[in-house]
Amino acid sequence: MSRQPFTPDQYHELVSKLTPSSRMLRGYWRAFWVGGLICAVGQALTLWADTLHLGEVTSPMFTTGVLVFAGTTLTGIGVYDRIGQYAGAGSAIPVTGFANSVAAPAIEFQREGAVMGVGARLFTLAGPVLAYGIASSVVVGIAYWLIRGWVL
Amino acid sequence: MQTAMLFIRAFVVGGLICDVGQLLIMRTKLTNARILVLFVVSGVALTALGVYKPLVDFAGAGATVPLTGFGYSLAMGAIEAVNRYGLIGAFVGGITRTAAGITAAVVFGLINALVFKPHAKP
Repeated sequence: MSRQPFTPDQYHELVSKLTPSSRMLRGYWRAFWVGGLICAVGQALTLWADTLHLGEVTSPMFTTGVLVFAGTTLTGIGVYDRIGQYAGAGSAIPVTGFANSVAAPAIEFQREGAVMGVGARLFTLAGPVLAYGIASSVVVGIAYWLIRGWVL
Repeated sequence: MQTAMLFIRAFVVGGLICDVGQLLIMRTKLTNARILVLFVVSGVALTALGVYKPLVDFAGAGATVPLTGFGYSLAMGAIEAVNRYGLIGAFVGGITRTAAGITAAVVFGLINALVFKPHAKP
């Protein structure tokens, strides 16, 4: 009857092994529901844009524009970084997170001046994203042009 | 009912895409900047392979709002512009289609930096 399932050492080892995994589950859950919610808001904006008859190309632009406005404003009033603290990738991956990555460093480095502070820091994260995004889209465009010319 | 399904699909797919990012944050040592770049370039590549468009048709904003959707717009823009303008379109379409988002981020970011003072990090 005195059989102990764990020695204290084993017990602590087990606890430390299991604790991060529950923390991880929590991280996934938070990223999931916050990221999902932002996308659902985007869906609502898209439906709204449809009623405004903006057209197939401009309607997603409307959605993106409103979300970006929301992301930068929430960054300005200091709310978005708190959401980020809670949601991790759930707030970083949606386009509102891209807006946050533009606004946050610009606000933070104001005192370095309007040009090299605000102006340059706007692109701290947006710079690499735009550079590689645009470059890869050019590669896709050229590849598509080559294949199209080849096949037709 | 159909509208409800639109929202559920956007919520679930968008949430899952964010969870891929969460996985990268927790399981790898990739910096945030690298993850964002990876997402955009992945979006471009998946669109070029014809994989991402069906996801957009299925999930709507659930696929277009995450940064992979930014890559989708870049790639679709480049392809459509090549159809219209030929080779030069490859240099036109990406930015054209994403112009509103990029411009909004720069302009609203700039305004925010002029209006708001820095906050203490939470």
